[in-house]
Amino acid sequence: MNWLDTILQGVLLGGLYALFAAGLSLVFGIMRLVNLAHGDLIVVAAFLILVLVTGLGLNPFLAALVALPVMFAAGWALQYFILNRTLGDDILPPLLVTFGLSIVIQNALLEGFSADSRRVPAGSLETMSLPLGPVTVGVMPLLTFLSAIAVIVVLNQIFYRTALGRAFRATSDDMVTAGLMGVEPKRIFATATGIAMVVVTIAALYLGTRANFDPTIGPARLIYAFEAVIIGGLGSLWGTLLGGIIIGVAQTVGAAVNPEWQILAGHLAFLIVLLVRPRGLFPRAID
Amino acid sequence: MITRRKLLKTAAASGLVAAAGPLPMPAIAQGRAVKIGYVSPQTGPLAAFAEADAFTIDMFREVTGKLGLDIEVIVKDSQSNPNRAADVARELIVDDSINLMVVASTPETTNPVTTTCEAEQVPCISTMAPWQPWFIGQQANPGAPDSWKPFAYAYHFFWGLEDVIAVFTNMWAQVETNKKVGGLFPNDGDGNAWGDPNVGFPPVLTKQGYTLTDPGRYQNLTDDFSAQINAFRQANVEIITGVMIPPDFTTFWNQAKQQGFTQKVASMGKAILFPQAVEALGNSGNNLSSEVWWSPSHPFKSSMTGMSSADLAAGFTVATKRPWTQPIGFIHALFEVALDVVKRSNDPTDGAAVAAAIAATKMDTIVGPVAWDGANLPPFAQKNVSKTPLVGGQWRLKDGGGYDLVITDNKTAPNIPTGGKMEPIA
Repeated sequence: MNWLDTILQGVLLGGLYALFAAGLSLVFGIMRLVNLAHGDLIVVAAFLILVLVTGLGLNPFLAALVALPVMFAAGWALQYFILNRTLGDDILPPLLVTFGLSIVIQNALLEGFSADSRRVPAGSLETMSLPLGPVTVGVMPLLTFLSAIAVIVVLNQIFYRTALGRAFRATSDDMVTAGLMGVEPKRIFATATGIAMVVVTIAALYLGTRANFDPTIGPARLIYAFEAVIIGGLGSLWGTLLGGIIIGVAQTVGAAVNPEWQILAGHLAFLIVLLVRPRGLFPRAID
Repeated sequence: MITRRKLLKTAAASGLVAAAGPLPMPAIAQGRAVKIGYVSPQTGPLAAFAEADAFTIDMFREVTGKLGLDIEVIVKDSQSNPNRAADVARELIVDDSINLMVVASTPETTNPVTTTCEAEQVPCISTMAPWQPWFIGQQANPGAPDSWKPFAYAYHFFWGLEDVIAVFTNMWAQVETNKKVGGLFPNDGDGNAWGDPNVGFPPVLTKQGYTLTDPGRYQNLTDDFSAQINAFRQANVEIITGVMIPPDFTTFWNQAKQQGFTQKVASMGKAILFPQAVEALGNSGNNLSSEVWWSPSHPFKSSMTGMSSADLAAGFTVATKRPWTQPIGFIHALFEVALDVVKRSNDPTDGAAVAAAIAATKMDTIVGPVAWDGANLPPFAQKNVSKTPLVGGQWRLKDGGGYDLVITDNKTAPNIPTGGKMEPIA
């Protein structure tokens, strides 16, 4: 058994999970909204990139760049016109609405794109790899991991270095007081979801080039994202990355013992973290 | 005095007379619509199997209209969910009082529907699931062969696990390899059956001199296959086989290429059934091999329309602007058998008579001969299963992009022509 390779592949896989989870973490951290349609929104973005790639013949990375503002606008509108209406003291309405949204998205995509298993073509990049001493690293998984780190660095900069970030944190801490200080929570929430959709688009780029996707694959991808967010501690973006890596490494190490253990090992790691640190590794604030 | 009971009795008697009245006139008796219920996964992850539904049913209605037969087809969507499949089957039986059920596409659809029909004593024709998961999967105790019972109303036509094993090993024999095989079997109905140490691939491979490396059952939608790749590499594997879902196969295939692990042969069930799934692999899908249940080059004709396999596939492409897929032939054959059964049964509204008519079927369909005569089957399945031919093929990259499925091995069904020889993956 090649332990170095196993762990490295797990870390790289963790980057993919962290990308899936970063948008979820952002939205939950700011407005305590659990978006059950997150996985389906990743699939929507993947189809958008696919349409741009196959329709206009764009490079997938360029296509993702074009998709970013579109998804930002879609996220902004989704939050402003729909999800804001569900926010309140009761945590049930947002859950129900996003659950419904998930079903609507899946069936709309099925109607529009059929049930075909699709993939964003990335040419020779798909199978390229770099020899790193005793192990070989695929270029795409490496790019995925580096993108995850870049996304988290940028999000942290926005959060802690800009006026917008200050408004995010203030609204998250105390909506009423933030409102008194001239922050408009509804617009802040809409912007936050817009940014989350930008992250979703980046995740979609790597999901779409890594493996096939079809309209119904979203929810299956959501569970690891949830686990990564919870392991990391709610609201901590670096925690989300670490959470993703923990799940990824647990999965590859579990699989190295026996493939039957692969998914289970990830879930077990999640349960162990919950047992030892019920609020996750780096909880940002006390709720 | 008129009592409630008397009234009911009289009403029933007069009703009987009224019903019996037209009986001597067969023309009117025939005028009664025969209702066929059809359950298929039109939405959800299995929807690709049901792609040809509307196309086939339109054709069926046109043919029955021309023949002057009053046959109504009621279609229900299983949403790729076994529970929902059982529910809609019950709706069809109870609310729509159907006379015959037809069902297709994976054990997740065929099994709940067939079980419901058997319990409600409604005749049922099923297809597109290997016969073992269909027959054994519906038994009260799949683990105890002694307890397996045949069905009175349920009939199935498709191939079985033994056929796919024969097809794969025949294909491998055409290529020079070190006979070391790596198995990728997921932890689902198909994966457990294929990898079963008694009825699956392992015993046959050992007998034929192959060494199988089977790292174990993985979960579907796994994102990393480095453990399997490492195991195959250590065992110096040159042949890959298994029954993966398309996203997992893509993940495995790319990861293997990234790790510089190449094979001479890759025969995969399920994952590369549809041309769209092979195209999703870009240019790296060349010479992947899989089982072929039906293709436009199968030398069979439709008993319903007289079309050849090539005509049917071309007709589908013209009508839907989509490439042909293997389920098209089988959905067509399913309705061919249904039409034949309705035509032959003396009273299509009598469940037992229809079941007897299904059992007596002996016909040539677009997927080959269908007859429940028990040929090439173990005794317990002889009554309810009819086997259709299975061959093997390779996907070849076309010059202008896209893939062609070329039949490369027909030892299991020599009447189906091959289009080329097996080529090792470059």
